[in-house]
Amino acid sequence: MSVIAFWGAVELGLVYAFVALGVFLAFRVLDFPDLTVDGSFPLGAAVTAVLIIAGFNPWLAAGVAMVAGAAAGIVTAMLNVRFKILNLLASILTMIALFSVNLRVMGKPNVALINADTMLSPFYGLGLRDFYVRPLFIGVLVIIAIIVVWRFLESDAGLAMRATGANARMARAQGVDTNRQIYLGMAISNALVALGGALFAQTNGFADVTSGVGTIVVGLAAVIIGETLLGARGILIALIGCVLGSILYRIAIQLALSTDMLGLQASDLNFVTAALVTFALVLPRLRRGGAA
Amino acid sequence: MISVKNIQVIFGKGTPLQKQALNGVDLTIEQGSFVTVIGSNGAGKSTLLGVLAGDVLPSAGQVTIGTTDVTRKGTAARAGLVARVFQDPLTGSCGALSIEENLALAAKRGEARGLTAALGPKRREHFRERIAELNLGLEKRMGDRMDLLSGGQRQAVSLVMATLAGSEVLLLDEHTAALDPGMAEFVMNLTQKIVSERKLTTMMVTHSMRQALDYGHRTIMLHGGEIVLDVAGDSRKELQVEDLIAMFRRIRGQTLDDDALLIG
Repeated sequence: MSVIAFWGAVELGLVYAFVALGVFLAFRVLDFPDLTVDGSFPLGAAVTAVLIIAGFNPWLAAGVAMVAGAAAGIVTAMLNVRFKILNLLASILTMIALFSVNLRVMGKPNVALINADTMLSPFYGLGLRDFYVRPLFIGVLVIIAIIVVWRFLESDAGLAMRATGANARMARAQGVDTNRQIYLGMAISNALVALGGALFAQTNGFADVTSGVGTIVVGLAAVIIGETLLGARGILIALIGCVLGSILYRIAIQLALSTDMLGLQASDLNFVTAALVTFALVLPRLRRGGAA
Repeated sequence: MISVKNIQVIFGKGTPLQKQALNGVDLTIEQGSFVTVIGSNGAGKSTLLGVLAGDVLPSAGQVTIGTTDVTRKGTAARAGLVARVFQDPLTGSCGALSIEENLALAAKRGEARGLTAALGPKRREHFRERIAELNLGLEKRMGDRMDLLSGGQRQAVSLVMATLAGSEVLLLDEHTAALDPGMAEFVMNLTQKIVSERKLTTMMVTHSMRQALDYGHRTIMLHGGEIVLDVAGDSRKELQVEDLIAMFRRIRGQTLDDDALLIG
């Protein structure tokens, strides 16, 4: 693997770290299996790309993308809370609806951002090579996101959200409006995922309607790899684990695809992904020693 | 103060399994009074507690806690008035959170929850002091996950949680039923201490007639969704478990075949 390929993998891992943080909030904190992310990731990319092309500030475009992602999360929450649709199914409904929404937003299946100003433009040409600038810039954003999510989850409001996912009956007895927590949690989760999509579009120079396929698997893989490596040692460690998992996942994929000996090609990506996630799921059981 | 007026609760209305769980229950519990509730399985004890807690909304009648009409308020909306300890130790606290996080959650019961750190140094110290009063050694384990504690320890912590935020009433739902006899006694003594120190208006549902008579100021018995016995004062002091059973037979004119009523 070349240096450029390595830092490319780190960069992609950092972009998807936002997905991992969102998936962590939904799956682990709220205990809400949410597949909306397969739609909200490309939604974030689409919104940011269209706005940048229309001449808007790229930071503003990313902000609007987050709002759009939050709205998608709220739709899923509403289908579940208000209309009592099973959480998994509710998220699948939003996900497939978003495919059409994303096509409408872009007006075509993909939008290119070649030569457009992005959040990163001011940082290119400061002396650092481009393939270092991108992971550095996104890395800083990831650190900010970790701190914000961490402080939130350890606040009174965040504790209410964690209790909602862990023991809803107890939460209600303590005066927590669990329905509102699901709305709030799904909104934050999908806003983070959409931010990931927005950064994906800005670093890769395009938004594509199919780029969302399998986002949930990648996010979940990152969460599980992080848990496998760092174990359950509090919120901050878990969040760092998500990011670490996301980066390691990308490096592992890159390694698998660039090792000639294995004879893999780019089209094998999904198979390698499934194999890696399965491995990450099975590993903790093997370590515990046995046939469990 | 608790006041319920002509409460009707019907489960499965319009289905072959329709059941009248509470049928016109009237009950007033004065400020600071400790009432114990007994009755056989299906008598309506848990439903009555659910009506007060907000888990069960009655089809008719009125529920007032303190000075607030809570008839149509859900559990979360009335949580500021109601503190509660559940029968199952796993229900009343959050196993995935630490002891001090559970306490922080309970300290804000019924209040708005902001972005302040849930465990600042001042709150931590306060929680540690409250837990140290239990003399269970848990003050050294404040950061441990709640699910590492035994059932009895969890119920003891749940009782502390119930008193961290102010409330009009304390509801105890057979909160010692899942514990071994030694721990059950510990938790009952703790309950007695907390209730009398804080002069809490308390309703305790129990399966044990012994408990029902030994604790509190007043005992009511439910049967078929109605109050069939209501004793307080001197007539209650003279009452024995055997009398309760005899009374139960006389009122209902049927043989007692529920072993659970005899335990304890």
